[in-house]
Amino acid sequence: MCSRFLLPAWAWVFFALLACVPWYASATDDNFLTAFLARVLIYAIAATALNIALGWGGLVSLGHALFIGLGMYSVALPALAGISNGWVHLTVCVLSCMLVGGFTGLMSLRTSGIAFIMITLAFAQMGYFVLVSLKQFGGDDGLAVVAASDFGAFNLSSAASVYACALVLLLLLTVWMMKLRESPFGMSLRAGRQNSRRVNAIGLALKHYQLTAYVLSAVLCGVAGMLLANLNAYASPSSMSWVVSGDLIVMVVLGGMGTVAGPILGSFLFMGVEEVLKHVTDNWMAVFGLLIVAMAMLGKAGVVGWWQQRAKADHKKVSTTGDVA
Amino acid sequence: MSSLLKTTKLCKHYGALRVTDQVSLDIQAGELHAIIGPNGAGKTTLINQLSGELVSDSGQVHFAGEDVTHLSINARARLGLLRSYQITSVFDDFTVLENATLSALGSHQQAYGAWQALLQHPTAVQAAHEGLALAGLKQHATLKAAELAYGERRQLELAMALAARPRFLLLDEPMAGMSVQESAAVVSLLQSLKGQYTILLVEHDINAVFALADRISVLVYGQLLMTGTPDDIRNNDEVRAVYLGDEEISA
Repeated sequence: MCSRFLLPAWAWVFFALLACVPWYASATDDNFLTAFLARVLIYAIAATALNIALGWGGLVSLGHALFIGLGMYSVALPALAGISNGWVHLTVCVLSCMLVGGFTGLMSLRTSGIAFIMITLAFAQMGYFVLVSLKQFGGDDGLAVVAASDFGAFNLSSAASVYACALVLLLLLTVWMMKLRESPFGMSLRAGRQNSRRVNAIGLALKHYQLTAYVLSAVLCGVAGMLLANLNAYASPSSMSWVVSGDLIVMVVLGGMGTVAGPILGSFLFMGVEEVLKHVTDNWMAVFGLLIVAMAMLGKAGVVGWWQQRAKADHKKVSTTGDVA
Repeated sequence: MSSLLKTTKLCKHYGALRVTDQVSLDIQAGELHAIIGPNGAGKTTLINQLSGELVSDSGQVHFAGEDVTHLSINARARLGLLRSYQITSVFDDFTVLENATLSALGSHQQAYGAWQALLQHPTAVQAAHEGLALAGLKQHATLKAAELAYGERRQLELAMALAARPRFLLLDEPMAGMSVQESAAVVSLLQSLKGQYTILLVEHDINAVFALADRISVLVYGQLLMTGTPDDIRNNDEVRAVYLGDEEISA
């Protein structure tokens, strides 16, 4: 059972397969595969982070790219100043994301619905334009990461090391999300998405929990940004563009909002399909759009929700007793 | 007996409309106090003011000797002042037990725990089971709230408040929309709760109110017309006029 081994068996298989990738890549001399999958893993971390706010808290943030950007510049700027200590990078990243996330979250949470989407978008755009205008830090062109994050025991100078780090982080994060989902904190967030009034009425100040979730997801997105900066050896304002925020939402929704596997599956699907289509046609976006529409029609619970529903229906066919959920 | 919940000249108005107007109530510990009144008398607004969901324009609310006028609804719930809703307000995607357990936990402690499952908090689960047993929902603990029948959802509404082990229950029409049998079950439940909990009951079912209440307050156009025992109320001419229409005595 999943409670005994923390994750269901298929998830362990999934992570084990991913763990074999670097060996496979080095045996076949395939540099692209590791770098590509590292990028997918990084976005899977970011999507999982966004899912805390979006999937459980019901906070539709269209500004999470801001925190990816903060994470990237937390590596690039200290590196520019000659500091390559990864722990310093991490501290800068966590503090800046907490600060910016705390402030923007506090402001944004005064609103809800469409207004919340717009205000988070506005904050992210502000961050984007601030970085574009800072010519001394590369402005529009971005900034090369002159020295990779060095954590002492390991550093993130190669694609393989970023890959390994991202994989371990994603695994730990997934285990935590399984726990978080059923924990009082996760349940309070999910309850707030269903009925915010009642959450307050039973004694829980929902706004505090939502703000905590928002900041938590901001910090985790920042960490994803740190990894991305090391992988690309580059930080650019374009990684903060609202398109990235939108992509993250699509990944979460596509895979299954509010599920643990959803955001991960979503990012693999999104980036995998994108990569394949790019090889087939130059007009890949037209095909990709249609695919997203088709997947959206699976229902609001995404691929995971669709799968669970099917499993449930099959189970009911076999026997009418018991419940797979 | 001592006063547990006390309001002093509580007012709420929307523009020129005075929804509650100088309402002063004094509810004793252990009492079942009912509030009746015609539609639009301000009963639900009063409950919202007492629970802290609505900020009062003027007046004070004291709970257990403490001024709670400026406390939010969640802070009041922490003090043991729990409410139920007229329109069922439960968490549909959660099981019945999860609904009750979250209520039991949230009313006593913060819910920042991010590792151990909610259902592995023994005290909260215990309280939730007790609440469910009281409300008669024990056999449905593992069903999702969305799968319950209407009457059962109303029972869950009550169970969530009871799971919090409240010191004071604000019940906003617990029997709203229930069948005769279901209402009877709730009446006997309230009868059994009487004395153990202090209850403020807003209810349209006059028979139930007269059967249950120790004291009754009559609210008309936001003003407290009178407070008294069921017999006092039953024999009062003014109250009769309100319920039977007051055209002929308005002069």
